[in-house]
Amino acid sequence: MRSLAAPGVRIRRLHRLEPAAIAGVMSRDATNFRTFWKATTFSSVIEPTIYLLAFGLGVGTLISTVQGLDYVQYVGTGMVATSVLFASALSAMFGTFVKHRFQRTYDAILAAPVDTEELVTAEVLWMSARAGVYGCAPLLVSMLFGLDPAPGMLLVPFIGFLTALGFAGFGVLMAAVVSKIDSFNYVTTTVITPLFLVSGTFFPIEELPEWAQAVANINPLYHCVELVRHAVFGFETIDVAHVAVLVGFALLMWRLAIWRLEKRLID
Amino acid sequence: MTSTPAISLRGVVKRFGAITAVDGLDLDVREGICLGLLGPNGAGKSTTMRMLTAQAIPDEGSLTVLGYELPRDSKQARAECGVVPQLDNLDIELTARQNLAVFARLYRVPRGERRAAVERALEIAGLGDRADTPVDELSGGMRRRLLVARGLVHRPRLLLLDEPTVGLDPQVRQELWALIDALRAQGTTILMSTHYIEEAERLADTVAIMAKGRIVARGRPADLVRAHAGVETLEVYGPPPRLAEVRAAVQAQGFRTRRTGTAVAILGAENGDGRLPEGVRRAASLEDVFVLLTGEEVA
Repeated sequence: MRSLAAPGVRIRRLHRLEPAAIAGVMSRDATNFRTFWKATTFSSVIEPTIYLLAFGLGVGTLISTVQGLDYVQYVGTGMVATSVLFASALSAMFGTFVKHRFQRTYDAILAAPVDTEELVTAEVLWMSARAGVYGCAPLLVSMLFGLDPAPGMLLVPFIGFLTALGFAGFGVLMAAVVSKIDSFNYVTTTVITPLFLVSGTFFPIEELPEWAQAVANINPLYHCVELVRHAVFGFETIDVAHVAVLVGFALLMWRLAIWRLEKRLID
Repeated sequence: MTSTPAISLRGVVKRFGAITAVDGLDLDVREGICLGLLGPNGAGKSTTMRMLTAQAIPDEGSLTVLGYELPRDSKQARAECGVVPQLDNLDIELTARQNLAVFARLYRVPRGERRAAVERALEIAGLGDRADTPVDELSGGMRRRLLVARGLVHRPRLLLLDEPTVGLDPQVRQELWALIDALRAQGTTILMSTHYIEEAERLADTVAIMAKGRIVARGRPADLVRAHAGVETLEVYGPPPRLAEVRAAVQAQGFRTRRTGTAVAILGAENGDGRLPEGVRRAASLEDVFVLLTGEEVA
């Protein structure tokens, strides 16, 4: 497929979005992940446990059921989306910023036959795969709190993956836009926190004033929450729309992230 | 040599806002040579290096690398180039072997050949026995050698070295010079940017001196010295007023001078015929040429 040996021989062209380039960048991520997977696993299991204990033993005594669901199960299924959001958006923001500005990893990668488009695609795919897997942790913890297994649960990692594509892209985009790492405070305060509170994770958005419901409806995380609950308790026709929103969000963020990061990386 | 040059730049201009970093650069690098791109900080060397990997896109002019037109075919060119950056950007939590394995993939070394490619690169870096040590725990010299080896993991035809020894202590610098010299001996084409004159003098077959975004002189180090600085340089020491006096006097006689910090250096002292003041005679050097051509006020 390629020859480096013979001078003068012009070889098959390398194309856009080469699987080999994407796999190469992901192999770097996977190799690095082997050095810190224990810490990640620990926090992604312990955090939902603490939340569910607090909500089960605390709020759960005030509210027994929401929309016909036991409150702990309502929150437990909703928290899949929270885990996915944090695992994708936050690691994309900080990870991309650190690799780009501090470690200069991206300079090294782009000096190899890898384009920004492939770099962003690989990073987003990797973080989404990770977020999809770790996003299941709250579900597993919820089972310890009495949630019954359901076949639809097998789709939850894929729902998490799809949701994470958009949020990882968003994180890369933010990392490319901000000029210093402290600026992420603005992003977490004005975007991430409201997104995760107004997503139907802790309370149904139907309880909100109408304008806030409208906002929640354009919140991709809300669509993830709905899909996960429906995967566990039974799918509905509307789920096609939820999937469509998440796909659209992922595509939009993917292209925006490539566009902005290329501006940063290529002079 | 009639083959196409490994690198060819024609009228390349690169601006950053109001600053013109590269200003009409013409440069050819023949296959099989080591070209030293020598220039002071801010001459445009790093920008030039970044344009060769399409990490900077020129505003004007044309660039080809290994026969591929940039930026259009830069990906193909990059596949056949090795790059050693100025700043260490190894993955510090990974081992030497893991760092090399990742880049073997990025450089599309076929799966079946990757293990051998990594072993060969470890050998080049002299890290056979430290292969499984995280980069974090390697010495500065080992890290540098690993950085070079990473750029060689796919046996590139062309190696781009950006300030390979900047900030290194003398022992490490010597080690790297030996490594680069060995590559040159094997016939790898090398473009090396540096602001260390001794480095260019020792390693480069040809030196191109860059100032203010252009090449101001080019040739074999010895030829450049003869053409621009003559055979012998006389250095006269003394307090600043005395230096100013000497400078004015010898310039009036038609000699060229340059400051060396603590002395005035009089170039072409072999033609002194007893007219020159007392001082220390030495062979003219590439440094004399460098300072003459790139200006005494080095940014």
